[in-house]
Amino acid sequence: MNSSALFIAVFLACAVEAVEALTIVLAAGFGRDWRSAFLGVGSALAVLIAIVAALGPALTAVPLEALRLVVGGLLLIFGLQWLRKAILRATGLKAMHDEAAIYRAELAAVEAAPTHRRGIVKDWYSFTLSFKGVLLEGLEVAFIALTFGANQRNIPLAAIAALSAVVVVALAGIALRAPLARVPENSMKFVVGIMLTSFGIFWGAEGAGATWPGADAALLVLVPAVALFAFALVAVLRRAAAGAVSAKAAGAGSS
Amino acid sequence: MTGRLRAFLQFWYDFVVGDDWRVAVAVIVALALTYAVSTSSIPAWPILPAAVAFILPVTLWRAARR
Repeated sequence: MNSSALFIAVFLACAVEAVEALTIVLAAGFGRDWRSAFLGVGSALAVLIAIVAALGPALTAVPLEALRLVVGGLLLIFGLQWLRKAILRATGLKAMHDEAAIYRAELAAVEAAPTHRRGIVKDWYSFTLSFKGVLLEGLEVAFIALTFGANQRNIPLAAIAALSAVVVVALAGIALRAPLARVPENSMKFVVGIMLTSFGIFWGAEGAGATWPGADAALLVLVPAVALFAFALVAVLRRAAAGAVSAKAAGAGSS
Repeated sequence: MTGRLRAFLQFWYDFVVGDDWRVAVAVIVALALTYAVSTSSIPAWPILPAAVAFILPVTLWRAARR
């Protein structure tokens, strides 16, 4: 359960962030200069690899209980943020993440910006756009992969899951030469939010000294319980939003 | 320089704390409570699930009201 859950959570989280980074890189490449965009991607990946290489061994050296307390707490905060956004999107209270619309907006912005050369980088704008896009999207994934991997004492599996997601998304992007608008990004974010929240609860409580009934088997109850709770909140919020709309319509009709 | 430092701190605040600081505070309080209760004979594991069951609807309700 734990190894497959680790792989699924890291793969999905990484795939979602990679889809978002791909949109930015495609806009920089198609709208301006591919060479500078690729240099930006390469530089950001080098920084991310350096962060993972430096923090990975350090994290595995931290005592498991302390690691689970800090990482569990952070994962829980992250998970609740993801879940909050995913529930708001599922209920229509927040706009769905639309890669095609984001791509069009990015493309319009990059085409309007002036060209500026710096050293070996022909177009500094494309470079910095790709660099920031990949680094910022990658930082969250690096954190998730490292913390999940370190907690399970299996950083290599987390790294394989993260790399597999990047390769799959990059190959799909190369094949399509367009943003991956048909990837069910919002559903994937929902699943990742449920996983991060469940593991955050489990590890955070263990790190703080609690003992779970059934030990690791408690996760088999926690994951579906968090999922059911999230779906129930979606149903309640949808009903409340529909009620508010019909009340507004009735008010407009009577005035 | 101050602007850069502020941007740096803002980035980490957004990265770790996110859209609603109440969520981060609730998690930290729940962890502290779990630690305190775990030193007694009372089971401490229900505290974090209860905190999530409380804070998630609260933060969603606040977002929905905007």
